[in-house]
Amino acid sequence: MPHIALRTDLFGITSLLDYRRQTAGPLCELTQLLLRGPSTLTEAERELIATYVSYRNDCTFCRSAHGAATCQLPGGSLEQLEAVQRELSTAPASKKMLTLLHIAGKVQQNGRFVTIEDADAARQAGATDLEIHDTVLIAALFCLYNRYVDGLATVTPADPAFYEALGQRISTRGYMMPANEYQPLQYEKK
Amino acid sequence: MNFRPDAALALNMLVQALLVDDSPLTRGERELIATYVSSRNECTFCMTSHGAIAAHLPGNDYDLVRAVWKDYRNAPISEKMKSLLHIAGKVQQSGKAVSEADIAAAREQGVSDLEIHDTVLIAATFCMFNRYVDGLGATTPDDPAFYDLIGRQRAEEGYLTKSVILK
Repeated sequence: MPHIALRTDLFGITSLLDYRRQTAGPLCELTQLLLRGPSTLTEAERELIATYVSYRNDCTFCRSAHGAATCQLPGGSLEQLEAVQRELSTAPASKKMLTLLHIAGKVQQNGRFVTIEDADAARQAGATDLEIHDTVLIAALFCLYNRYVDGLATVTPADPAFYEALGQRISTRGYMMPANEYQPLQYEKK
Repeated sequence: MNFRPDAALALNMLVQALLVDDSPLTRGERELIATYVSSRNECTFCMTSHGAIAAHLPGNDYDLVRAVWKDYRNAPISEKMKSLLHIAGKVQQSGKAVSEADIAAAREQGVSDLEIHDTVLIAATFCMFNRYVDGLGATTPDDPAFYDLIGRQRAEEGYLTKSVILK
């Protein structure tokens, strides 16, 4: 049960964005910019960074939702996602993505753990400064979301069909706040 | 933050909404949460700058901020603030670390849902900012006057004006 009174027809982060629109607005703007704005990283790559950090923070809601989005976006796959979570160094991803995910994993622990060598390795694998910047900020943003979602004990649905539907919503509509209020997610329960 | 101005704008809007706009917590209380979490993440830049902002807000001074850094349980702050800083410290470790007992202890001090929400979100937000600043190896000046300048400006103007240190 959540630590505070939230709408019971909304779950996870959605119930929090609905609770406090004052802060939801800029959070959604930032997320839309980082995960859907112009970038040389694909949307699937950016969602993979979000999923990997959420996995490392053991945040089931974020990990499941962004994992679903990763797999639904062009270039993403469940096989790759599972391999990244199992053992990063041997996962079937580009050398550039492996070095960026390595940096994201350091950020998840603490920003101070990212070394010059980590950044150099990413550059040698073809990453630009902007890609390194965005990787660090996406990883940091999910350290925020994971704590927000779990720190207030929001409800984490168990049905995989819920995350498939949420993945559909965020991979097609993105992250901007609805003009009116948040609507419960419609999906076929399994 | 100058590296990507569009992201900087969104980040400043967030911090304005969270630390300056309406909340049942005073601006001074919210800045204390921010500097406390930053101290636990050992992010010197955020800890020192938000410590300076806190010190420039009504009811606070540098002695109080230093006492919170050292050990908030012995700092001259309300029991309510102690219960909220305790929750913020849990959030700094992991969201999952916040227990029913932590929330119950805050409730005993008369803390509202919105105060709990804002505490958790401020703590989570500084877990982002601390990682952003340190993860990219941003320069951390060591002159206290630099931070005092930031502290005075942000306490007076909030987060949406151009930084004095860039003028």
